[in-house]
Amino acid sequence: MIVGQPVDRRDGRMKVTGRARYAAEFPLQGLAHAVLVQSTIAAGTILSFDTADAKGQPGVLAIITPDDAPRLQTKKASQQMVTAPLLQDKDIIYNGQHVAVVVADTLDRALEAAARVRVQYRQGEAVTIMDQALGQAAVPKHFRNGARPPDSQRGDPDAAFATAPVKIDVTYTTPVEHHNPMEPHATIAMWQGDRLTVWTATQGISGAQTTLATLFGVEPQNVRVVSPYVGGGFGCKGNTWPPATLAAMAARVVGRPVKLVLTRAQMYTSNGYRPRTIQKLKLGADQTGKLLAMRHDGFSQMSQPVLGEFVEPVALATEMLYACPNVAVSHRIVPVNQGLPTYMRAPGEASGVFALESAMDELAIALKMDPIALRLANYAEIDPHENKPFSSKKLRECYAQGAAKFEWSRRTPGPRSMRDGRWLVGLGMATATYPNNRRAASARVRLGTDGVAIVQSGTQDIGTGTYTVMAQVAADELHLPLSHVRFELGDTRYPKAPVSGGSSTVPSVSPAVQAACAALRARLFDMAIADPRTGWSGASHSDLRFENGVVIGPDRRITVPQLLAHQNLAFVEAEAESKPGDEKNEHSLHAFGAQFAEVRVDLETGEIRLTRCVGAFDAGRVLNAKTARSQLIGGITYGIGMALFEKTEVDAETGRIVNANIAEYLVPVNADIPPIETILVANDDRIGNPVGVKGMGELPMVGAAAAVANAVWHATGVRVRDLPIRIEDVLA
Amino acid sequence: MNPFAYERASNAAGAVAAVAGHPGAAFLGGGTNLVDHMRLGVASPDLLVDITKLPFDRVEELPSGGVRIGAGVRNSDLAADQLIRSRYPMLSQALLSGASGQLRNLATTGGNLLQRTRCVYFQDVTTPCNKREPGTGCSAIGGYTRYHAILGASEHCVAVHPSDMAVAMVALDATVVVLGRLGERRVKLVEFHRLPGDDPWQDTVLGHGELIVAVELPALPFATRSAYRKVRDRASFAFALVSVAAALDVEGGTVRDARVALGGVAHKPWRATQAEAALRGAPATAESFRRAADAELAAARPLDGNAYKIPMVRNTMVAVLRDLSAEATP
Repeated sequence: MIVGQPVDRRDGRMKVTGRARYAAEFPLQGLAHAVLVQSTIAAGTILSFDTADAKGQPGVLAIITPDDAPRLQTKKASQQMVTAPLLQDKDIIYNGQHVAVVVADTLDRALEAAARVRVQYRQGEAVTIMDQALGQAAVPKHFRNGARPPDSQRGDPDAAFATAPVKIDVTYTTPVEHHNPMEPHATIAMWQGDRLTVWTATQGISGAQTTLATLFGVEPQNVRVVSPYVGGGFGCKGNTWPPATLAAMAARVVGRPVKLVLTRAQMYTSNGYRPRTIQKLKLGADQTGKLLAMRHDGFSQMSQPVLGEFVEPVALATEMLYACPNVAVSHRIVPVNQGLPTYMRAPGEASGVFALESAMDELAIALKMDPIALRLANYAEIDPHENKPFSSKKLRECYAQGAAKFEWSRRTPGPRSMRDGRWLVGLGMATATYPNNRRAASARVRLGTDGVAIVQSGTQDIGTGTYTVMAQVAADELHLPLSHVRFELGDTRYPKAPVSGGSSTVPSVSPAVQAACAALRARLFDMAIADPRTGWSGASHSDLRFENGVVIGPDRRITVPQLLAHQNLAFVEAEAESKPGDEKNEHSLHAFGAQFAEVRVDLETGEIRLTRCVGAFDAGRVLNAKTARSQLIGGITYGIGMALFEKTEVDAETGRIVNANIAEYLVPVNADIPPIETILVANDDRIGNPVGVKGMGELPMVGAAAAVANAVWHATGVRVRDLPIRIEDVLA
Repeated sequence: MNPFAYERASNAAGAVAAVAGHPGAAFLGGGTNLVDHMRLGVASPDLLVDITKLPFDRVEELPSGGVRIGAGVRNSDLAADQLIRSRYPMLSQALLSGASGQLRNLATTGGNLLQRTRCVYFQDVTTPCNKREPGTGCSAIGGYTRYHAILGASEHCVAVHPSDMAVAMVALDATVVVLGRLGERRVKLVEFHRLPGDDPWQDTVLGHGELIVAVELPALPFATRSAYRKVRDRASFAFALVSVAAALDVEGGTVRDARVALGGVAHKPWRATQAEAALRGAPATAESFRRAADAELAAARPLDGNAYKIPMVRNTMVAVLRDLSAEATP
């Protein structure tokens, strides 16, 4: 079995030696460079552009403004496509909005000319801070793309809360955060007649193909999207954002290939963010800790409706995580003059479970109960919202194995009860859950006379290990050594696969790879049975085996090169699609985890430092122990950022993001990350998908912030309900 | 970025002449701050005079027992210097708490003194800022002020100086040696940086074309027992919320002398003279240390976003002084 082994990442050497070619690194003849010009006001209208000075600069090829930008076919776009701002009108919705594109023969010349574009505005009234606009909170129109309503209720939570003996009634807030992948958004676009090729940093090549084809009014097959390596996405490369479209627009205008790479500052205003949330939580319980009532009302920041709609679905986990008879949740959006928010690693779960699992900690304190015991007292044996069994749920094992590894039993219950010299020590825990998403995906496999299987799927590797784990799945299915399997991705010429979002790549694509390999084997068997030289006429597939490139049957064996030679073929090929069936109707599909954090808080300065993290996860069958662990420690690290550091600061007066760089927007550095121990509890969930896997890219992010917040309470006695937790929150 | 010319100076007088005679010229040291500002549009010199080849790269012992640091000495080299580590440990600690290894390898002593504020409005050319564009107003007042000043600010500017190194040097009563067209002059570091007042665009008392050639530290025997403590959100690579540099001379349980300076609190590295006065002759107890901190902080005027700095300075100063006095007790 190659699946499960801690195989090194196949792209690792390419990346660390600089040979992996990212979107901005494809050398093209005659490449021109585009630079975005951005608004400096938060609301209003563009009156005019003064481009004379900019146009006179050396090397300038075009300055594209709403006055002359090619018209895009935005009316045909689906609701999910980002269709603005794309220079199609002169309205200003937010500060930092793209208002013009400058194209020149070199980047420096484009930058210089862009700095000389002057814009006259008529300033409008702007609402820059969500908290000022709660009165405008609106019901989302397209919650979960219309798959369900934004609100739900079971039982009578208000009545049950009113009479509950123990109550928690609190409000949590989470800030605007930005993804900050290492690789900025980057696109090279090239037109050849009506055919468009783009090299772009994206989590979804198929979505990019559809979006660009729609907006430019060409057939999807005339748009090729190439994205072999992506330097991190975390959600901000899920949609096809304006910079990719504007690069293609610029290439069409100047009749040359055009490269457009965002600056770090532009990454804060061009491709979404995690919206600020305000979450009202009510928990009611009896004296034994049994939950009687839960209410979770979430408000999340939105842009103006003309840009689309995004809702941070904070309360979905609240519906299903605990066995409580009376539960209500709601989701509202609050429009402000900021850009469109988007998915950011565990959208909804990361922010919502921070609130829920902090509130559960508060409830445990009110009940004088051990936090894990409280969770076990409310353990949901079936999904209480959908009233369906889980395909599998090993959360009990996560609690037990995580607590054992973390030595939870050393925790003394009282706040400020554990110390180490000048440090207050705190231990906290939280539950994690994330849906096990799966979408239709296809793969193709070709086996040639050299005995190497080339497997292709139009999926992405956003730094997660797709190249490696899919090769492992194929190698096992074909009984080939890993060295004889090559996996290719990131090109719309390959069979279609879904966006790498919602932790769905492995649960979607690995079944397709497995199915394609099974189809290839079946084809080989058909060929072998039909081959008169094998004498297997009348045999069935079950009489044959395929191992190390050899078909083995009754009394003899035949190699693939022999089989191909007999029929004068260069290769044999098969393609398969794999898609969800009824499993979602009959089961609730989720991954689970238990997360633990140990913090130290300096008694005098209030400095907060993590000293240990443990996470135990039920992520189904593990394809690669090493890449799985990397996903887990990466997710926990991202969660530590959410807990202690990350916050996008907006100037209330101008609506401008003031810390749009990674010196002033703090993400964790190595010195902030403690030893992280991860456990993957044994599981193999063949109900969820035929490979038995659960997505794990987002799961480890979900419980991290609450575990840290709960540990900070335990260390200091201070309950911080507003992220990030900062020194001033705990300073005595 | 504006087009600019570049020349490399072969001697100090030539460098001074080149910049002094050219209103748009700037000296280029490590470039870790200036080049960022050129990219951001905060600075747009049309001539850069590279001074990194000038012979200012040595740390020398002075006959008085002090130390002379060439303005071109890199932060990494200064932090690792044996003289500095043994005589002025707070300075080595301050340097090592600043920026990252890569930046410290480039950044120079003179350049570190001249680095400009990290005020987010100063760095964003789309927003008004009196320091960047005189007379346009201060966007920070009423805006995002978590990192801003609590001491010595004005209605025109509430920015803070970002250096760690300079805080330790101010505590050590350093002198800046400056070369101008008329020759050398010496300026006490504590008077080198300015408070914002009505003209916050003037960070220092340097005139255009004046070049820092060295920093001199006087002998201070009790500085062998000194420390720099920087409080920040993350454990590395972050600017100070507040910082404290201190040296303590304790004899028989009484403070004979003390040096205290604060970072992250003012437009300049802040020498805590009130605290020092309160400490001299006082018993070396937590109570005295707290009284000293309160004496310094009496003048503090917090903004909307930074009131936390007052208890943070107080607690940190008390902790640093207590740890130093504990070292003094055998």
